[in-house]
Amino acid sequence: MENYEIVVIGGGPAGLAAAISAKKSGMRKVLILERDRELGGILNQCIHNGFGLHTFKEELTGPEYAERFIRMAQEAEVEYRLNTMVMDISGDKKITALNKEEGLLEIQAEAVILAMGCRERSRGALNIPGYRPAGIFSAGTAQRLVNMEGYLPGREVVILGSGDIGLIMARRMTLEGANVKVVAELMPYSGGLKRNIVQCLDDFGIPLKLSHTVVDIKGKERVEGVTLAQVDEKGKPIPGTEEEYRCDTLLLSVGLIPENELSREMGVKLNPVTSGPQVSESLETSVDGVFACGNVLHVHDLVDFVSEEAEAAGRHAAEYIKAKREDRREPEAGSAQEQIPLETGEGVRYTVPSFVRPEYMEDSLKVRFRVGKVYRNCYVNVRFDEEQVIHKKRLYAAPGEMEELTLKKEQLAEFPQLKKITISMEEA
Amino acid sequence: MEKRYLTCIGCPMGCALTVNLSGQEVVSVEGNTCKKGKIYGEQEVISPVRTVTTTVAVEGGKLPAVSVKTRADIPKEKIFDCVRALKGIRISAPVRMGQTILFNVAETGVDIIATKTVDAR
Ligand SMILES: Cc1cc2nc3c(=O)[nH]c(=O)nc-3n(C[C@H](O)[C@H](O)[C@H](O)COP(=O)(O)OP(=O)(O)OC[C@H]3O[C@@H](n4cnc5c(N)ncnc54)[C@H](O)[C@@H]3O)c2cc1C
Ligand code: SF4
Repeated sequence: MENYEIVVIGGGPAGLAAAISAKKSGMRKVLILERDRELGGILNQCIHNGFGLHTFKEELTGPEYAERFIRMAQEAEVEYRLNTMVMDISGDKKITALNKEEGLLEIQAEAVILAMGCRERSRGALNIPGYRPAGIFSAGTAQRLVNMEGYLPGREVVILGSGDIGLIMARRMTLEGANVKVVAELMPYSGGLKRNIVQCLDDFGIPLKLSHTVVDIKGKERVEGVTLAQVDEKGKPIPGTEEEYRCDTLLLSVGLIPENELSREMGVKLNPVTSGPQVSESLETSVDGVFACGNVLHVHDLVDFVSEEAEAAGRHAAEYIKAKREDRREPEAGSAQEQIPLETGEGVRYTVPSFVRPEYMEDSLKVRFRVGKVYRNCYVNVRFDEEQVIHKKRLYAAPGEMEELTLKKEQLAEFPQLKKITISMEEA
Repeated sequence: MEKRYLTCIGCPMGCALTVNLSGQEVVSVEGNTCKKGKIYGEQEVISPVRTVTTTVAVEGGKLPAVSVKTRADIPKEKIFDCVRALKGIRISAPVRMGQTILFNVAETGVDIIATKTVDAR
């Protein structure tokens, strides 16, 4: 059995930033376990630019952003093992992993940071009728094939879903010589960034059909065409609006879900809205000494915020270990303290964290959340019990863009009897 | 007067811009909420530019391809020329991030650089 202070599961941007930050906070033995052949996670296949404007004040491609963090991790002497799949984590933080050279590994950690990222929703979740011919890919799979393996999965393409991966792949496949006929989006708005709609669709004259979905797929062996139809407010196809498109490939870009098999098995409590762990102000899950950050916690659109969140997770994990060594922590951590829940009011789908313990709070705390619909001219409201403490104007808010606000420790100190904090949206 | 309709990409609001043109001159920009939108609208109708990213085949590397980008923005109408110019190229490993892969792509005056390190096998 090997021993480490902190073991980080997953070597994407979240895992890298968490490990670097744990090292900087004084930890000596920090290990990243990554199942892929290289560090960097999903960034390795995101060869487009648009990363790092907040972190590095310049626009980088995904691989460049990853390589900068990999170098920082090497300089900080973070240890890592590649091609190593974590199979199980026990409640007392014993990790079982598998790799070719060493076989089965057992590692005891004092703290664990979950950074496994997310996976794409698959076709099964979509309920499209018809056969299951070849030629249906998730957009992320297509991205990996084109950008990493140098293989173009089709020539005549229809894309369902206008999330960023779908938009980016519309451009990428066009540049590689494919004919992308249309992008269909079920919702009346796109989940993708405006910039991607302009530079990936408009630039190439690819139409975006909002409030549309795929109602039929033609072809037995290979996709030969798809039928799109307009949908009503409830998302139900409207008869008579069907249009047929000939194509050999259908890409699905219908959303991401945090990858929490491991977390679930070890008994981490999950938030049904995000499918990620419920966490405290320290990004600690319901299992003592187990932290989470990045897309495994909630799906992010900007890697800069992933890095920022992960840095906090690394710092908190180090602090947890130090406190434990100095016996500062109560044995029943989490349960004995008073927890103030963060509740979602009107228009707010979820918040991260789920609750705060004032005595563990740093001077200020970033709360991230998502709204349920598009708002123009609105307010973000924060109430401490019944009293409104923040009333902030926003020109625009949309489900596709993560929102954030800052809570101050001194603000909370003025409410010693605080029972709950509510975050809500209000139209102006 | 000619009108062009654009979406501003300056921030998530995505204001719908109308750019009024007289010949090659921008007369006015409407629909923008802030100054950034006006600047974007003018630039976008007069000389739109883009960063192009793609991949180039690698020989003898740990990976079969390396990701690349234009070091600076190039005119939008040169996007396809740029990608075409890179199609036939094979580069031998090792490749360093930032290394120049092709000088003056498609007569734009802009170089293509690697955005990833690929070690030799
Ligand atoms: C197509 C696409 C386009 C994007 N475009 C942009 C953009 O333009 N700008 C921007 O800022 N952001 C963008 N993002 C968002 C950003 O890249 C992600 O939010 C970020 O990469 C998430 O980081 P992560 O570390 O949480 O997850 P990941 O990068 O997914 O890393 C998770 C890692 O964990 C590993 N792992 C999982 N399970 C295990 C296990 N059991 N054992 C060992 N290892 C495991 C995985 O192999 C992976 O390497 C984009 C994302 C995608 C998918
Ligand atoms: S005009 Fe200003 S507010 Fe409107 S999208 Fe552009 S940058 Fe945003």
